[in-house]
Amino acid sequence: MEKAKKWPEKWQEVNPGCMVFRPGSTREYHTGTWRSQRPVYDTGKCIKCGVCYIFCPEGCITQDADGYFMADLDYCKGCGICAHECWPGAITMVEEG
Amino acid sequence: MSKRIGMEIALAAAEAVALCKPDVVAAYPITPNTHIPEHLSDIVAEGRIDTDFICVESEHSALSACCGASGAGARAFTATSSQGLLYMAEIVPVVPSMRLPIVMAIGNRAVSGPINIWNDHSDIMSQRDSGWISLFAADGQETIDMMIQAFKIAEHRDVMLPVNVNLDGFQLTHVVEPMMLPDQKEVDRFLPAYKPYAALHPDNIVSMGALGMPDIFNEAAMAKDQALINSKKVILEVWKEWEEQFGRKYEPIGAYRMKGAEVALLTLGSMGDTAEVAVDELRDKGVKAGLLKMKLWRPFPVEELIKAVKGLTSLAVIDRSAPFGGACGPVCAEVKAVLYDQKERPAITNHIIGLGGRDIVVGDFVKIVEQAISAQKKKPKEAYEIYGVRGS
Amino acid sequence: MIEIRWHGRGGQGAVTSVETLALAAIGEGRYAQGFPSFGPERRGAPVAAFNRIDDKKIRVRSGIYHPDVVIVLDASLMGLVNVTDGLKNSGTLIVNTAKSPEEVKKEAGFKGTVATVDASRIAREELGVPITNTTMIGAVVKATSVVKIGSVKEPLKHRFGRLAQRNINAMERAYKELKITK
Repeated sequence: MEKAKKWPEKWQEVNPGCMVFRPGSTREYHTGTWRSQRPVYDTGKCIKCGVCYIFCPEGCITQDADGYFMADLDYCKGCGICAHECWPGAITMVEEG
Repeated sequence: MSKRIGMEIALAAAEAVALCKPDVVAAYPITPNTHIPEHLSDIVAEGRIDTDFICVESEHSALSACCGASGAGARAFTATSSQGLLYMAEIVPVVPSMRLPIVMAIGNRAVSGPINIWNDHSDIMSQRDSGWISLFAADGQETIDMMIQAFKIAEHRDVMLPVNVNLDGFQLTHVVEPMMLPDQKEVDRFLPAYKPYAALHPDNIVSMGALGMPDIFNEAAMAKDQALINSKKVILEVWKEWEEQFGRKYEPIGAYRMKGAEVALLTLGSMGDTAEVAVDELRDKGVKAGLLKMKLWRPFPVEELIKAVKGLTSLAVIDRSAPFGGACGPVCAEVKAVLYDQKERPAITNHIIGLGGRDIVVGDFVKIVEQAISAQKKKPKEAYEIYGVRGS
Repeated sequence: MIEIRWHGRGGQGAVTSVETLALAAIGEGRYAQGFPSFGPERRGAPVAAFNRIDDKKIRVRSGIYHPDVVIVLDASLMGLVNVTDGLKNSGTLIVNTAKSPEEVKKEAGFKGTVATVDASRIAREELGVPITNTTMIGAVVKATSVVKIGSVKEPLKHRFGRLAQRNINAMERAYKELKITK
């Protein structure tokens, strides 16, 4: 796929009303770079309740083939809400780096 | 065939909008525009048009609802006045920025305070730089015609901008007078069904109203500005088509008895009719007076103004909105800005009249013309006067 | 051009009167304006409404200060409002009252034509309510010939539907019963 220009070069290239016609262009913006700590999942404690999935403001948590929930680290901003909400205590926030 | 009707102008405006078959009307009542959406709600209830009439809880919601509807590809209409327009103000500039062709009737009314429900132009002038096309109707006939023209102008692929049609509150909205109302066939011939440039739909994904960072804001502003400026070409085309089909001529600046005129009045809205009578009286007295009736306020008719004032020695610009500490009234500010670079230009005086419904009679315009003539000899101390103030 | 001022109280239907009269003139292919005294509606308060009627397009959009005709829908206003204010000396004053035009002429101190009709009684008998706004149109037409009496029927039918005939009857009675003094 041809990589889209970040900005229109000239005003004439601005879509009417600045409309964006390419679906899913937000996916190209990897907000995972904002993260200073990451969620680490303990599958031993996880009961697959999905509370982390419900509360994730980024919508980046999905369920894997075994039914466990995992954050997509390309987009996870490391806010820690999932860890805060996880009542079995299966998620720990760990410093990046 | 068009039918000659007698009707309150606000109701006639609603009938004209109904002929355009809007998909969505969302409005909140406020004097003096109320009869427009009220009558439209009757028309919808009678099943004469297939329209979703959304009863919203405020003007902010009214325009927001129209915004969403228009984004989804609907032909949308709203109407308001005064504080209602101000309450809408958060959404007003968003609409042209999103290039949504919403049409809005404004029953012009003074902005408070003191609280006042009567006519002046301070409501629309507060939104003059929002990016809407602004038309001013001088009478009931122009109100009907402009409502229908507005949809065609707004929805034109080279325009895609909202249009507000201004009709003076009470002076027009509440007056019963004769008008020609086109029939459905005629309007259908003039106004094609709306084909949106883009519409929000799961099958054709589009994002509208996304964030514009500093890196794009200048370019977005330039695109909006150029859209406005370029819309004049389409407005002139649409007016020409209108004239061909209905025989009524529209110009950005209409001229009355301007042939050989040395002094002229420049008016906006319904006061132009009364001013015509004043010009007749002045001509009878031997004063070479004429009248310019501006119908297109945004985009501002720059070339037309330069042409219209050729040969004038005096120009009395009438504003129906006070600048409060500014250099002069909003109309006069534009006129002066345009004419500043012209080698030959008339002496310009600025008269703020008819605020908050203060009546303007023929004699007032006669006096103003006389003042404008005498200003050639003795320049007035102030750049503008609020006309007819007791104690001054 | 003929300019008319109607005096009534909020709720008595003076706006319907000016609308009906304007529509009658427009129906004749002529030009007319009908408008209220601009402002909020206030039931019971003295209000005015206005007509301009002409054979050519009417351009003046200001208020009316020197009417040719003044109509008073409610005689109790006579002591409250200066109903002859600005009325041309050559003009006509038409009042809904049981009094004779001579009496009213004397009381009002008006030099022009005065006409009276007991429109409240007619309205009570014909409509069952003392609302005189349509009844008084008959008086105006008789006193001024500003429109043809037949021209008023269509707008009344349009406005009142099944009640139209009663309004037409009341209007026609006022037309017949009006008394005029020069």
